[in-house]
Amino acid sequence: MELTRRDALAALASAGVVGGGGAAVFARERREGTDGESSERGTADPRVPDALVATAEVVYPDEVSGVREFVETYSLGRLEGRADYRTGVREAVAELDDHARAWYGEGYTSLDPDTRDDLLRSMGVDAAEEDPEGTAAEQVRFYAVNELLFALYSSPAGGRLVGIENPQGHPGGIESYRRGPR
Amino acid sequence: MTDPDPDGCVGDGHDRTPSERVDVCVVGAGPAGALVVHDLVRTGHEVVVLEAGPRFDPDDRIDRMERSIRPYYDPPDVWEMGGDRDAFSATGELYYPLNVARVKGVGGSSLHWQGMVMRLHEADFERRTRGGYGADWPIGYDDLRPYYARAERRLGVAGASDNPFAPPREEPHPLPAFPPSYPDSLFAPACERLGVSTHSVPNARNSEGFDGRSPCVGYGTCQPVCPSGAKWSADHEVRKAEAEGARLIDRAAVQRLVTGERDDRVTAAVYATPDGAEHRQEAREFVLAAGGVETPRLLLLSRSSDHPDGLANSSGLVGRYFTEHLFAGAGGRLDEPTRQNHVGFNTTESHQFYDDPGRGTEGGIPADGGDLSAIKLEFLNYAGPSPVEMALSGEDWGNALLSRLREGYGTHVAMGALVEQLPRRENRVTLDLSRTDDHGNPVPDVQWSLDERTRRTLARANEIQRAVLGEMSVDVEWTVGPENTGPAYHHMGTTRMGADPDESVVDPRLYTHDVTNLSIASSSVFPTGGAMNPTLTIAALALKCAEHVDEAL
Repeated sequence: MELTRRDALAALASAGVVGGGGAAVFARERREGTDGESSERGTADPRVPDALVATAEVVYPDEVSGVREFVETYSLGRLEGRADYRTGVREAVAELDDHARAWYGEGYTSLDPDTRDDLLRSMGVDAAEEDPEGTAAEQVRFYAVNELLFALYSSPAGGRLVGIENPQGHPGGIESYRRGPR
Repeated sequence: MTDPDPDGCVGDGHDRTPSERVDVCVVGAGPAGALVVHDLVRTGHEVVVLEAGPRFDPDDRIDRMERSIRPYYDPPDVWEMGGDRDAFSATGELYYPLNVARVKGVGGSSLHWQGMVMRLHEADFERRTRGGYGADWPIGYDDLRPYYARAERRLGVAGASDNPFAPPREEPHPLPAFPPSYPDSLFAPACERLGVSTHSVPNARNSEGFDGRSPCVGYGTCQPVCPSGAKWSADHEVRKAEAEGARLIDRAAVQRLVTGERDDRVTAAVYATPDGAEHRQEAREFVLAAGGVETPRLLLLSRSSDHPDGLANSSGLVGRYFTEHLFAGAGGRLDEPTRQNHVGFNTTESHQFYDDPGRGTEGGIPADGGDLSAIKLEFLNYAGPSPVEMALSGEDWGNALLSRLREGYGTHVAMGALVEQLPRRENRVTLDLSRTDDHGNPVPDVQWSLDERTRRTLARANEIQRAVLGEMSVDVEWTVGPENTGPAYHHMGTTRMGADPDESVVDPRLYTHDVTNLSIASSSVFPTGGAMNPTLTIAALALKCAEHVDEAL
């Protein structure tokens, strides 16, 4: 299944973010990070957008494509205006990068997907319960893995993979509950 | 104690100091309080409502919805319940999970309610006379009927007149009913063969735009939060009342009601703001609308030399007869897609076993000759797991997770039921003198237990559910019945209504027998609870209460 920008915008709207500002945030995140400047919400980290996409490549199923655009539009859009949340995501991404450099000698996004998968499991993220203030694994679970899984499976695109085009958390109207299987 | 800061050190700049003596002081801004306040302000009275919890920002509802889905948050976190403010004990035979059963704040528990709004049946008002159990209400269905109609208009009830078991009504519901779901269509043939009649469900949820609120858009998280505002909640009513002149003071926990020179009149509600400062709100009339637990607690906390057992408690019944509805359910899987969890509300029920729970059917529901109470059957549109919730809790991701979601979602069906609980004197809300809340007051102790009649009725509900599911060839995987039932979070009975001051706390006008300017608008006045979700009856009684207070003024 090809995830499209439209899918991401629909999901973004259901999460209360209007205007689809994800791409803009993404661009600013990169620019500020590259320039070494601070944004109004704290120190920018150029690793955030690429690390979220890299994580999505691991935690999303193979049958979805278009992951980069979906993640950039949806997940990064959700960072807009949520300073604490943004800080949490950055810290989680920093943990991933620190572990990658310590264990594999290179940055998280430079690892191939299988190695990223190994890294997440070695950190204990698979067995961790999400907790924004917990251990590194629990924070990664909260701010990266579950954030991305929430983005996908509360959206119509992700729901359709499972057989529900209006999943919980998405305002998909009051027609689909009456329809039978297709 | 002097107040150093008019906003009570909340930091929002809202004045939390009392008004000069007003016509009416209402305690609690949930459904009952909101309707009382709105009606009284519309009839020209000066009204102050004191609410212990905060005013929630409607723009935060999306975040609250996400909290309801993500595993880090427990149910009380969604509406910020818990902590010293909400400390409680539950020392009865059965544990009572009070803080998942209520919300404190403007809107009260209607912020997290399901939104089912049925009228009680005629027989519910005469349980003692007709059924030989429980108690009779001092008013009948006919007395409440016009208030039910008004309440349905106020809440914007979406419903249809297709329920052959419902009590008589004078006009259609204000909004069209939500049509049946696909899962309903799977139940229908089995119910027809068994002789179980089904019908629509009245919902306090907009099937089309109403009263400035959105139609339902299908977020599927009705309980505990409706982000669109399509589900009626009392904060909406409070906002309208404020626009018409009512004054709301939030984060104003009432500590006690005090009487003056005449011990049969309340002169002031003493409330505390978050900084600990105490204030006195004086009024000519006082209405308690703080729910079935905090209402009796406040009366008990208001004990004084004139009222040593608590205010309005000459009967000794304040806090007694705490009554709930019990959940009975069964569910399993079919060999076909069932399309669950698109919406968070139900569209089909059967009230066939409400007035006559033991009656069998020619189609195959066996008769039961035992003493039984009312049963309300529900056909669920949210059976089985929600994929997004499953996705966030597991040790897998990627392809393995998708396989687990496909295996776990898609073929579930389930039935629920509400079962009437026999009111018992020993079930009660009292004060736990060994523990105190954030203001140093003894916490409520909810002492709750079940009787054999209620257990038999739960078993009967399971029998009917198993018959329906069996007729559908469902592989039943779970049952909730007499041994593992839980409460429906409907707090009733703790200041029961009656004509006899020795046997009740409030009279048929909802005034306390003992205190001439104190009335109660709450499910706490229900002498019996039937098996219908209580909020429509709460709303109807609130409108009646407002009328009587207006008359008194």
